[in-house]
Amino acid sequence: MTMLLRELAGLFVDDGALALAIIAVVVVATIVAMLIPEVPLAAGAILLFGCLAALLVSVARAGRR
Amino acid sequence: MTSSLALIWPVMTAAFLASLVEAVEALTIVLAVATVRGWRPAGLGALAGLAVLALIVVVLGPLLGHVPLRLLQFVIGVLLLLFGMRWLRKAILRSAGVIPLHDETMTFATETAELREQARRNEARLDWIAALTTFKAVLLEGLEVVFIVIALGAGRGMLVAASAGAVAACLAVALVGLIVHRPLARVPENTLKFAVGIMLSAFGVFWTGEGLGVAWPGADLAIIAFAAIFLAVSGAAVALARRPRAEVLS
Repeated sequence: MTMLLRELAGLFVDDGALALAIIAVVVVATIVAMLIPEVPLAAGAILLFGCLAALLVSVARAGRR
Repeated sequence: MTSSLALIWPVMTAAFLASLVEAVEALTIVLAVATVRGWRPAGLGALAGLAVLALIVVVLGPLLGHVPLRLLQFVIGVLLLLFGMRWLRKAILRSAGVIPLHDETMTFATETAELREQARRNEARLDWIAALTTFKAVLLEGLEVVFIVIALGAGRGMLVAASAGAVAACLAVALVGLIVHRPLARVPENTLKFAVGIMLSAFGVFWTGEGLGVAWPGADLAIIAFAAIFLAVSGAAVALARRPRAEVLS
């Protein structure tokens, strides 16, 4: 069972830093969506460009290692 | 309605391609077990894995209908982002030569050698070990397929389209596996993972945004624009991380 749960977690988390960055982007987008609901696209833009930035940083870090 | 219909093919294609990758990986292990121990334990383990998967779908599937749509879209969107961007990152690093490509032939050889070693140590329990190996492979790869189908289909009531794509991929791989009896090493797995990673990430951004109440310009068609942006950025990321071949091999 523990093995199964570990494998299941592994489906979503490989590079821990990337997973944390994605969660951080989602949290910021959620806060922005709640604070300024009249501009919902702001949260959308944070989500899209934040995820792209997280991906680029993660790849660049792995490339340097 | 029109834009929702426009999503049927992307949903079906993404489910088909993602399930193709998972089915090829499961097939490699089932074939390795069948080679060492025969089809009986390999088949029994695989069938037991499929049965548990079916049970999970039957028990948990109806619960989806009780989750508020916004919450469902948000949770699925975040999980898709984690899952899709993990695939995309790995595919980028493989394309750039930072990490080696996944090799089904090598997986097959490793799995076969491991089972032979276990046979040498403990012949009596080997049928159990063989069945357990295929059970685990089918269950874990199958869970990924189930997740992908739910993630792609549940947000817009397209579970049938996503399931059709997944079932077609699994049947195609099973059929080809039965005919050739060899791991499908020629399937361009990294290209598939690259494409699927882009599509799942695009769907992830879209569903998470929908869950947050974002009214995307172009409605569902925004997913196609997101996929194009992810493709462009991923291409740039490959160039950014590219490593000379000799360095990878060393």
